[in-house]
Amino acid sequence: MADSLPASESIDVSYVADLARLRLSPEEIATFQKQLGDVLGYVAQLKEVDVSHISLLGDADLKNRLRADEVRPSLSVEAALANAPKQENNLFVVPKIIE
Amino acid sequence: MDLTSLTIPELRKKLQSGELRSREIVDQLATRIGAVDPKLKAYLHLDADKARAAADAANPALPLGGVPIAIKDVINVQGDPCTCASKILQGYTAPYDATVITKLREAGAVLMGRTNMDEFAMGSSTENSSWGSTRNPWDLDRIPGGSSGGSAAAVGGHEAFAALGTDTGGSIRQPAALCSCVGLKPTYGRVSRYGMVAFASSLDQIGTFTKTVEEAALLLEIIAGYDPRDNTSIDRPVPKYTASFGQGVKGLKLGVPKEYFIEGIDPEVEKAVRAAIDEYKKQGAEIVEVSLPHTQYAVAVYYIIATAECSANLARFDGVRYGKRAQNPKDILDLYGRTRAEGFGAEVKRRIILGTYVLSSGYYDAYYNRAQKVRHMIAEDFRLAFEKCDALLTPTSPTPAFKLGERTQDPLQMYLADIFTIAVNLAGICGVSIPCGFTSNKLPIGLQIIGPKWGEETMLRVAHAYEQATPWHKEKPPL
Repeated sequence: MADSLPASESIDVSYVADLARLRLSPEEIATFQKQLGDVLGYVAQLKEVDVSHISLLGDADLKNRLRADEVRPSLSVEAALANAPKQENNLFVVPKIIE
Repeated sequence: MDLTSLTIPELRKKLQSGELRSREIVDQLATRIGAVDPKLKAYLHLDADKARAAADAANPALPLGGVPIAIKDVINVQGDPCTCASKILQGYTAPYDATVITKLREAGAVLMGRTNMDEFAMGSSTENSSWGSTRNPWDLDRIPGGSSGGSAAAVGGHEAFAALGTDTGGSIRQPAALCSCVGLKPTYGRVSRYGMVAFASSLDQIGTFTKTVEEAALLLEIIAGYDPRDNTSIDRPVPKYTASFGQGVKGLKLGVPKEYFIEGIDPEVEKAVRAAIDEYKKQGAEIVEVSLPHTQYAVAVYYIIATAECSANLARFDGVRYGKRAQNPKDILDLYGRTRAEGFGAEVKRRIILGTYVLSSGYYDAYYNRAQKVRHMIAEDFRLAFEKCDALLTPTSPTPAFKLGERTQDPLQMYLADIFTIAVNLAGICGVSIPCGFTSNKLPIGLQIIGPKWGEETMLRVAHAYEQATPWHKEKPPL
C-alpha cells in the first residue's frame, strides 16, 4: 500500500510546534518532519474522494443540550488545588505574565 | 483451587453461596499478579491492601459484589494515580471518581489495579507508555496491542477477571484480539465518559475486557446509561443484554464486507475468520456479501480528526493546574513550552503537531472539513449495509501480534494496525472482538462483530452463539 502514496507534503514542524506551545529539539523537528510528511502523503488520498454533495450542516441527529445554570456540588477548593504544581492563597501560581 | 481462571458468574456463585470470600479472590489474584506481572508488565499501580479492605466490605448480593476489576490508567478513580502512562501526569492523584467507577462501586466491584496503556491512549502496541511496554501473554517478545494493552494482557494472562478500557480507533478490540479475550466497544453515547481523560472526544468510548461474551454483557449493563455530566451520553434504556443469548443466529443475516478481506491480511487470520463465517452458516445464519466502499479512507480520516481533537484536548496540560511543571520557567511561554516538551512522549507530540497543523489557518478546509465529509460517507456506508444485515463479520486486526520494536520507527505502519477497527469509531457504532483461533505458532486471532448504533443486543447474541460452539476462549496462555 505504501508504494502508491503521493509524494510527501511539507509541514513546517517548527512553526506548528510553536503554535502548539511545544518546544522541540532540532532532532525531534527533523524526525517529525520526515514522519509527518509520510503521514500527510498517505492522508492526501482523501483528495480523490468527491465530497461535493456532502453537507455537514443540518444533521437531524444533532441538537443542543441545554441545562439550567444552577450551583451543584463540585470539587472543594482544596481538592481542586491538590494537584497544582504551585499554589498560594487558594490560587494557582504562574510566572509573571504582564510587566 | 485456581480461582483466577474462573469467570465472573462462576465467582459470584461461590461468593453468594458463602463457599468463597472476596478477600480470598483478591489474595489469589495478587499472588498471580506477583508471579506473572514481572513478565507481562500489565499493571502500573496496584494497592492490594486497599482492594482487600474493599473486598471485606463488599456485599455479595450486588451484581458485582466482591469481584475485582482492573481499570485502564486513563479513568479517574478517586485517591488512585491516573497518569495516562504519561510523564506529564506523574504524581497526579485523581480527586474524584469517573461515572463508570461510581457505577462499578455501586454494583459492589472491588477496584483492583491500574493498567498500562499507550500514552494518552495514542498507539496500537502499548510501546508508547512512558513506564515501559506491556508484553503479550501468548508470546513475551510480542506486543499486546494497544492502546489498552495493559487491560488486554491482564485479562488474557488471567491476572484480572475483567478490565475497563477505552476505544478511540480500536484500542479495546485490537488488543483483545491479540491477547485472546473479548473486547467490547459500545455505541458512541452508550457509556458516560465523565472522568475519562479525553483523547478524541467525537470518537472515544469506554468499554470492557472479559474472558467471555456473557461477562461483557453483564458489565455493559452496569456501566451503560445516561449521565447528565456527559452531554454526549444518550438517554436510552439499557436492555438486559443476555436476555436473547441462546436464541442462536438462525434467521439472522450476517454481512461480510468485501473491503475487509484485502491484500496484506495475514493468511492465517483470513483462514480463521473465514472458518468463523462458515460456523455461522452452519448454525443457520444467512451470510450476505456487503460493500463498505469508503473503507480504504478510514485510517486517513481518522488521523486528521483524532489528531485535531487531541491537539485541543491536550492543551489543558500546561503545567498550571495539575501534573508536571518544568523547573525555573523564565516566563509563561517558557513554562508551557518546556513543560509540554518534557512531559509528553514522541507519539503524543507527533499527534499534537499534526492536529494543530490540520486545524491551522489555510489548511482547515483541505484537511479537517474534507475529513469530516468523508467520515459522513463512511457512516453512510454502514447505514446502508445494515439495511441488508443484522451484524457484520470481519477480522479485528489484519495480523496477529507483531514483535516489540517492529513498527516504532514507522508511525504510518503502526497506524495501519487499526485498519479494520477505526471505521466503527468514525461511524459511532458498536463492535466486539472475540477469540476465533490461533496461528500455527499459537498467536491469538480475533473475529470482529460490528453492530449498528444501539445494536449491542444482537451483536452480543451473535458473539455468544459463536463462542458457545468453539473452544478458543477456554485456552490459557503458557505463562
